[in-house]
Amino acid sequence: MLIIVDYGVGNLSSIRNMLKKGGVPAVISGRAEDIEKAAKILLPGMGAFDNCMEKLDASGLRPIIEKKAMEEKVPVLGICVGLQMFMEGSEEGKLKGLGWIKGQTMRLRPERMQTEEKIPNMGWLEVTGKKGSRILEGLEEPRFYFAHSYHVQPEEPSDELVSAFYGYEFTVGIERDNLTGVQFHPEKSHRFGMQLLKNFGEKY
Amino acid sequence: MRHVRVIPVLLLHKGGLVKSVKFKNYRYVGDPINAVKIFNEKEIDEIVVLDIDAGRDQRGPDMDQIKDIAGEAFIPLAYGGGISTIDEVKKLFYLGIEKVILNFQAHANPSLITEAARLVGSQSVVVSIDVKKNLFGKNKVYVKNGTEGIGKDPLEFALAMQEAGAGEIFLNSIDRDGTYRGYDLPLIKELSQALRIPLIACGGASSIDDFGSAIGAGASAVAAGSMFVFQRPHNAVLISYPSRKDLKEKVYSVPRKQ
Repeated sequence: MLIIVDYGVGNLSSIRNMLKKGGVPAVISGRAEDIEKAAKILLPGMGAFDNCMEKLDASGLRPIIEKKAMEEKVPVLGICVGLQMFMEGSEEGKLKGLGWIKGQTMRLRPERMQTEEKIPNMGWLEVTGKKGSRILEGLEEPRFYFAHSYHVQPEEPSDELVSAFYGYEFTVGIERDNLTGVQFHPEKSHRFGMQLLKNFGEKY
Repeated sequence: MRHVRVIPVLLLHKGGLVKSVKFKNYRYVGDPINAVKIFNEKEIDEIVVLDIDAGRDQRGPDMDQIKDIAGEAFIPLAYGGGISTIDEVKKLFYLGIEKVILNFQAHANPSLITEAARLVGSQSVVVSIDVKKNLFGKNKVYVKNGTEGIGKDPLEFALAMQEAGAGEIFLNSIDRDGTYRGYDLPLIKELSQALRIPLIACGGASSIDDFGSAIGAGASAVAAGSMFVFQRPHNAVLISYPSRKDLKEKVYSVPRKQ
């Protein structure tokens, strides 16, 4: 079973609704025993980075999630701040991230922008695949909904899965072994988001 | 290619969906769930739902109705109307709302903006600013569905909201609402030049060309009501949304004012 981790953060109903629309069974749970049995894990996240890390720690679920992800290597999909937590840290906060992927989360940099853009980035962007992946199958000219001021910057270029351009090009998705994460919101990206979540449900 | 959000605005009134002219003369246009389903199929960018009774009736958001709407929205959904506590904000996000829109409370209790931004991130906290010209032709901010002036200038108010932590400003012209007169371009220009955060323009759109004009004036996104629910010239109820091809040609291609 795919478990959407409920650690007190994020738009969980939307994620479950979209998975359901794509025909993927999923359960929202904050119970360690459910996560222990999970075949796949979806890690959501929303709002401030430190708040997410604090909530994850306070939930008591962190050790079991780390064990599932790093020892058992079950597929994990991080969404938005869920992805950012994979990294070692974030410019938004003081707390350390999970450190599963080398690199940081940084604020969108106005000084890098070739076109003047507002921050936060709110809206739809077309994304470019940086490497082949099951998660991208069946997606033609995909566009996704973004709502963020920060983006991840993996140290290993080969971890980059997809990029997008908003003033400048940056990483909006990573994949390394069993870990996949996206900065955008597939649960709010109609047919493209449904396809991506369906891929995670069926091809992983 | 730069994508510009084009956002239908749905007004909830007594359980149904209505459309106004100048924030008055409400006309019933259908069932909200059905409308959301149709917009979903049209693969629209985002949707704004405003409960125009909640604030006036001094009740909180109708969580049951919002839950039903959110369950059908596979697109970003922003909700406004009657939000006055951080617990309501929390509940709305749990139900699947992507953004909250504050109006009266943004004015009465700006700390709610700050608190909400801390909880859900500033990108998810929108302040709506309803503007009407006074007797002397000066733009002034109104709250409570346009019924109460607060005596403030829109620019000064918008900057204060940005300072309080709002991630986006939803600017609506009461004078133009439902009139098909086009957006208030000078006001859009004035605010968007001064703001760091995105501005959504609303009020007066009659055609896709108006969207282009608003983007040209500096808006980051455009919203409309009547245009998406009525078919002119006779204003028969018909839900529509521009094709992606038309949007690319007439909206996405417009250079933005810097």
